Amino acid sequence: MMLASDIQVAQNIGFGIIALMMILAGVGVIASRNVVHAALSLVVVMAGAAAQYVLLKAEFVAVTQVLVYIGAVMVLFLFGVMLTRAQLGKDADLNNKNAVVAAPVALLLFGVLAYVLIDGFADEKIAATTGGGAQPQDTAVISDLIFKPYLLPFWALSFVLLAAVIGAIVLARKD
Amino acid sequence: MLINQFLLLGALLFCMGVYGVLTRKNAVMVLLSIELILNSVNINLLAFDAMNGGSDGNVFALYIIAVAAAEVGVGLAMVLLIYRNRKSISLDDLSEMKG
Repeated sequence: MMLASDIQVAQNIGFGIIALMMILAGVGVIASRNVVHAALSLVVVMAGAAAQYVLLKAEFVAVTQVLVYIGAVMVLFLFGVMLTRAQLGKDADLNNKNAVVAAPVALLLFGVLAYVLIDGFADEKIAATTGGGAQPQDTAVISDLIFKPYLLPFWALSFVLLAAVIGAIVLARKD
Repeated sequence: MLINQFLLLGALLFCMGVYGVLTRKNAVMVLLSIELILNSVNINLLAFDAMNGGSDGNVFALYIIAVAAAEVGVGLAMVLLIYRNRKSISLDDLSEMKG
Protein backbone atom coordinates (compact mmCIF):
# COMPACT_ATOMS: atom_id res chain seq x y z
CA MET A 1 0.00 0.00 0.00
CA MET A 2 1.17 3.47 -0.80
CA LEU A 3 1.09 5.93 2.07
CA ALA A 4 0.56 9.62 1.42
CA SER A 5 4.02 10.31 2.84
CA ASP A 6 5.56 8.00 0.22
CA ILE A 7 4.48 10.17 -2.69
CA GLN A 8 6.41 13.27 -1.56
CA VAL A 9 4.39 15.80 -3.57
CA ALA A 10 6.60 18.78 -2.76
CA GLN A 11 9.81 17.02 -3.80
CA ASN A 12 8.21 15.78 -7.01
CA ILE A 13 7.01 19.25 -7.97
CA GLY A 14 10.48 20.61 -7.24
CA PHE A 15 12.04 17.85 -9.29
CA GLY A 16 9.73 18.56 -12.23
CA ILE A 17 10.42 22.29 -12.30
CA ILE A 18 14.19 21.86 -11.96
CA ALA A 19 14.30 19.04 -14.51
CA LEU A 20 12.36 21.11 -17.06
CA MET A 21 14.74 24.03 -16.48
CA MET A 22 17.76 21.74 -16.93
CA ILE A 23 16.41 20.21 -20.14
CA LEU A 24 15.63 23.62 -21.67
CA ALA A 25 19.07 24.90 -20.71
CA GLY A 26 20.64 21.69 -22.06
CA VAL A 27 18.95 22.32 -25.41
CA GLY A 28 20.46 25.80 -25.19
CA VAL A 29 23.94 24.30 -24.71
CA ILE A 30 23.73 22.06 -27.76
CA ALA A 31 21.65 24.31 -30.04
CA SER A 32 22.76 27.88 -29.28
CA ARG A 33 24.46 29.76 -32.09
CA ASN A 34 26.34 31.89 -29.59
CA VAL A 35 29.30 30.47 -27.66
CA VAL A 36 28.81 32.64 -24.57
CA HIS A 37 25.07 31.89 -24.43
CA ALA A 38 25.86 28.17 -24.57
CA ALA A 39 28.35 28.53 -21.70
CA LEU A 40 25.80 30.44 -19.62
CA SER A 41 23.15 27.80 -20.36
CA LEU A 42 25.59 25.23 -19.00
CA VAL A 43 25.67 27.25 -15.75
CA VAL A 44 21.89 26.74 -15.48
CA VAL A 45 22.26 23.00 -16.11
CA MET A 46 24.94 22.72 -13.41
CA ALA A 47 22.94 24.75 -10.89
CA GLY A 48 19.94 22.54 -11.60
CA ALA A 49 22.10 19.46 -11.12
CA ALA A 50 23.23 20.85 -7.76
CA ALA A 51 19.57 21.29 -6.77
CA GLN A 52 18.86 17.69 -7.81
CA TYR A 53 21.76 16.54 -5.63
CA VAL A 54 20.09 18.26 -2.67
CA LEU A 55 16.88 16.38 -3.48
CA LEU A 56 18.97 13.20 -3.51
CA LYS A 57 20.31 13.99 -0.02
CA ALA A 58 23.86 14.69 -1.22
CA GLU A 59 24.38 18.19 0.16
CA PHE A 60 28.18 18.02 0.21
CA VAL A 61 28.36 17.05 -3.45
CA ALA A 62 25.87 19.83 -4.26
CA VAL A 63 28.04 22.45 -2.56
CA THR A 64 31.15 21.06 -4.26
CA GLN A 65 29.34 21.19 -7.59
CA VAL A 66 28.54 24.88 -7.08
CA LEU A 67 32.10 25.70 -5.95
CA VAL A 68 34.04 23.70 -8.53
CA TYR A 69 31.77 23.74 -11.59
CA ILE A 70 29.95 27.06 -11.41
CA GLY A 71 32.78 28.81 -9.62
CA ALA A 72 35.91 27.48 -11.29
CA VAL A 73 35.18 25.48 -14.43
CA MET A 74 32.81 28.04 -15.93
CA VAL A 75 35.30 30.85 -15.38
CA LEU A 76 37.86 28.68 -17.16
CA PHE A 77 35.42 28.16 -20.04
CA LEU A 78 34.71 31.87 -20.35
CA PHE A 79 38.47 32.53 -20.38
CA GLY A 80 38.78 29.88 -23.08
CA VAL A 81 36.09 31.58 -25.16
CA MET A 82 37.77 34.93 -24.65
CA LEU A 83 41.32 33.80 -25.44
CA THR A 84 40.36 31.84 -28.54
CA ARG A 85 38.42 34.86 -29.77
CA ALA A 86 35.46 32.82 -30.88
CA GLN A 87 32.98 35.23 -32.40
CA LEU A 88 31.05 36.63 -29.48
CA GLY A 89 27.97 37.37 -31.56
CA LYS A 90 25.97 34.92 -33.60
CA ASP A 91 28.11 32.38 -35.37
CA ALA A 92 26.38 30.51 -38.16
CA ASP A 93 29.37 28.24 -38.62
CA LEU A 94 29.28 26.55 -35.21
CA ASN A 95 27.93 23.18 -36.32
CA ASN A 96 29.34 20.75 -38.84
CA LYS A 97 27.45 18.58 -41.27
CA ASN A 98 27.10 15.67 -38.85
CA ALA A 99 23.67 16.64 -37.50
CA VAL A 100 21.97 14.26 -39.93
CA VAL A 101 23.89 11.36 -38.37
CA ALA A 102 24.11 12.67 -34.80
CA ALA A 103 20.38 13.22 -34.25
CA PRO A 104 19.38 9.61 -35.01
CA VAL A 105 22.33 8.34 -32.96
CA ALA A 106 21.34 10.44 -29.94
CA LEU A 107 17.64 9.59 -30.27
CA LEU A 108 18.37 5.86 -30.64
CA LEU A 109 20.69 5.97 -27.63
CA PHE A 110 18.02 7.70 -25.56
CA GLY A 111 15.41 5.21 -26.73
CA VAL A 112 17.53 2.24 -25.72
CA LEU A 113 18.49 3.80 -22.38
CA ALA A 114 14.89 4.77 -21.58
CA TYR A 115 13.63 1.29 -22.49
CA VAL A 116 16.24 -0.40 -20.29
CA LEU A 117 15.67 1.95 -17.36
CA ILE A 118 11.88 1.69 -17.44
CA ASP A 119 12.15 -2.06 -17.87
CA GLY A 120 14.71 -2.49 -15.09
CA PHE A 121 13.62 -0.01 -12.41
CA ALA A 122 9.87 0.07 -12.97
CA ASP A 123 8.75 1.50 -9.60
CA GLU A 124 11.83 1.34 -7.41
CA LYS A 125 11.70 4.20 -4.95
CA ILE A 126 14.29 6.38 -3.33
CA ALA A 127 14.02 5.90 0.41
CA ALA A 128 12.03 8.75 1.91
CA THR A 129 13.98 11.26 3.95
CA THR A 130 13.68 10.59 7.64
CA GLY A 131 13.97 13.54 9.94
CA GLY A 132 14.42 17.14 8.90
CA GLY A 133 16.70 17.47 5.89
CA ALA A 134 20.48 17.30 6.05
CA GLN A 135 22.11 15.31 8.79
CA PRO A 136 25.33 16.90 10.00
CA GLN A 137 27.12 13.57 10.16
CA ASP A 138 26.66 12.87 6.43
CA THR A 139 29.76 14.84 5.48
CA ALA A 140 31.71 13.05 8.19
CA VAL A 141 30.64 9.72 6.66
CA ILE A 142 31.86 10.86 3.23
CA SER A 143 35.21 11.98 4.63
CA ASP A 144 35.59 8.65 6.45
CA LEU A 145 34.96 6.87 3.15
CA ILE A 146 37.43 9.04 1.22
CA PHE A 147 40.25 8.66 3.73
CA LYS A 148 39.74 4.98 4.60
CA PRO A 149 38.51 2.61 1.84
CA TYR A 150 38.95 5.06 -1.05
CA LEU A 151 42.33 6.44 -0.01
CA LEU A 152 44.27 4.91 -2.91
CA PRO A 153 42.00 6.43 -5.58
CA PHE A 154 42.26 9.70 -3.69
CA TRP A 155 46.06 9.60 -3.99
CA ALA A 156 45.82 8.70 -7.66
CA LEU A 157 43.44 11.60 -8.16
CA SER A 158 45.85 13.95 -6.44
CA PHE A 159 48.56 12.93 -8.92
CA VAL A 160 46.13 13.33 -11.82
CA LEU A 161 45.33 16.87 -10.68
CA LEU A 162 49.01 17.69 -10.20
CA ALA A 163 49.85 16.33 -13.65
CA ALA A 164 46.92 18.26 -15.15
CA VAL A 165 48.04 21.52 -13.53
CA ILE A 166 51.64 21.08 -14.71
CA GLY A 167 50.49 19.94 -18.15
CA ALA A 168 48.16 22.89 -18.57
CA ILE A 169 50.91 25.32 -17.59
CA VAL A 170 53.44 23.71 -19.97
CA LEU A 171 50.95 23.63 -22.84
CA ALA A 172 49.60 27.15 -22.47
CA ARG A 173 52.91 28.88 -21.65
CA LYS A 174 54.09 31.39 -24.22
CA ASP A 175 57.70 30.97 -25.45
CA MET B 1 10.25 9.78 -5.55
CA LEU B 2 10.92 7.11 -8.14
CA ILE B 3 14.52 6.44 -9.04
CA ASN B 4 13.56 6.38 -12.71
CA GLN B 5 12.82 10.09 -12.88
CA PHE B 6 16.42 10.87 -11.99
CA LEU B 7 17.83 8.14 -14.23
CA LEU B 8 15.76 9.30 -17.21
CA LEU B 9 16.85 12.91 -16.65
CA GLY B 10 20.46 11.70 -16.61
CA ALA B 11 19.92 9.66 -19.79
CA LEU B 12 18.36 12.65 -21.56
CA LEU B 13 21.25 14.94 -20.59
CA PHE B 14 23.73 12.25 -21.66
CA CYS B 15 22.15 11.96 -25.11
CA MET B 16 22.11 15.76 -25.47
CA GLY B 17 25.82 15.76 -24.66
CA VAL B 18 26.50 13.02 -27.22
CA TYR B 19 24.61 15.02 -29.84
CA GLY B 20 26.61 18.13 -28.96
CA VAL B 21 29.95 16.30 -29.16
CA LEU B 22 29.04 14.90 -32.57
CA THR B 23 27.71 18.11 -34.14
CA ARG B 24 29.72 20.99 -32.74
CA LYS B 25 32.60 22.31 -34.80
CA ASN B 26 34.08 24.67 -32.21
CA ALA B 27 36.42 22.85 -29.80
CA VAL B 28 35.21 24.86 -26.78
CA MET B 29 31.63 23.83 -27.54
CA VAL B 30 32.67 20.16 -27.65
CA LEU B 31 34.19 20.56 -24.18
CA LEU B 32 30.92 22.14 -22.96
CA SER B 33 29.00 19.11 -24.24
CA ILE B 34 31.43 16.78 -22.45
CA GLU B 35 30.62 18.62 -19.21
CA LEU B 36 26.94 17.87 -19.88
CA ILE B 37 27.78 14.15 -20.13
CA LEU B 38 29.82 14.18 -16.91
CA ASN B 39 26.97 15.91 -15.04
CA SER B 40 24.47 13.30 -16.19
CA VAL B 41 26.75 10.55 -14.88
CA ASN B 42 26.94 12.29 -11.51
CA ILE B 43 23.13 12.45 -11.31
CA ASN B 44 22.99 8.71 -11.97
CA LEU B 45 25.59 7.91 -9.30
CA LEU B 46 23.82 9.97 -6.66
CA ALA B 47 20.40 8.55 -7.57
CA PHE B 48 21.62 4.98 -7.11
CA ASP B 49 23.34 6.08 -3.91
CA ALA B 50 20.06 7.48 -2.55
CA MET B 51 18.29 4.27 -3.56
CA ASN B 52 20.77 2.01 -1.79
CA GLY B 53 21.18 4.26 1.24
CA GLY B 54 24.99 4.28 1.19
CA SER B 55 27.50 7.08 0.77
CA ASP B 56 29.94 5.49 -1.70
CA GLY B 57 28.24 7.14 -4.66
CA ASN B 58 28.92 10.56 -3.15
CA VAL B 59 32.63 9.73 -3.07
CA PHE B 60 32.58 8.64 -6.73
CA ALA B 61 30.69 11.81 -7.68
CA LEU B 62 33.29 13.95 -5.92
CA TYR B 63 36.10 12.11 -7.75
CA ILE B 64 34.31 12.64 -11.07
CA ILE B 65 34.04 16.37 -10.33
CA ALA B 66 37.79 16.50 -9.66
CA VAL B 67 38.64 14.55 -12.83
CA ALA B 68 36.32 16.82 -14.83
CA ALA B 69 38.10 19.89 -13.49
CA ALA B 70 41.49 18.44 -14.51
CA GLU B 71 40.11 17.47 -17.92
CA VAL B 72 38.79 20.98 -18.57
CA GLY B 73 42.12 22.52 -17.56
CA VAL B 74 44.17 20.37 -19.93
CA GLY B 75 41.52 20.47 -22.66
CA LEU B 76 41.34 24.25 -22.72
CA ALA B 77 45.15 24.49 -22.65
CA MET B 78 45.25 22.26 -25.73
CA VAL B 79 42.54 24.31 -27.44
CA LEU B 80 44.53 27.46 -26.66
CA LEU B 81 47.67 25.91 -28.14
CA ILE B 82 45.82 24.86 -31.30
CA TYR B 83 44.37 28.36 -31.59
CA ARG B 84 47.83 29.92 -31.18
CA ASN B 85 49.33 27.73 -33.88
CA ARG B 86 46.51 27.83 -36.42
CA LYS B 87 44.35 30.88 -35.58
CA SER B 88 41.30 28.61 -35.63
CA ILE B 89 39.70 26.08 -33.29
CA SER B 90 37.47 24.48 -35.88
CA LEU B 91 37.80 20.74 -35.35
CA ASP B 92 37.03 20.04 -39.01
CA ASP B 93 40.28 21.76 -40.01
CA LEU B 94 42.40 19.45 -37.85
CA SER B 95 42.79 16.73 -40.43
CA GLU B 96 46.54 16.05 -40.57
CA MET B 97 46.00 12.50 -39.33
CA LYS B 98 43.76 11.69 -42.30
CA GLY B 99 45.41 9.01 -44.45
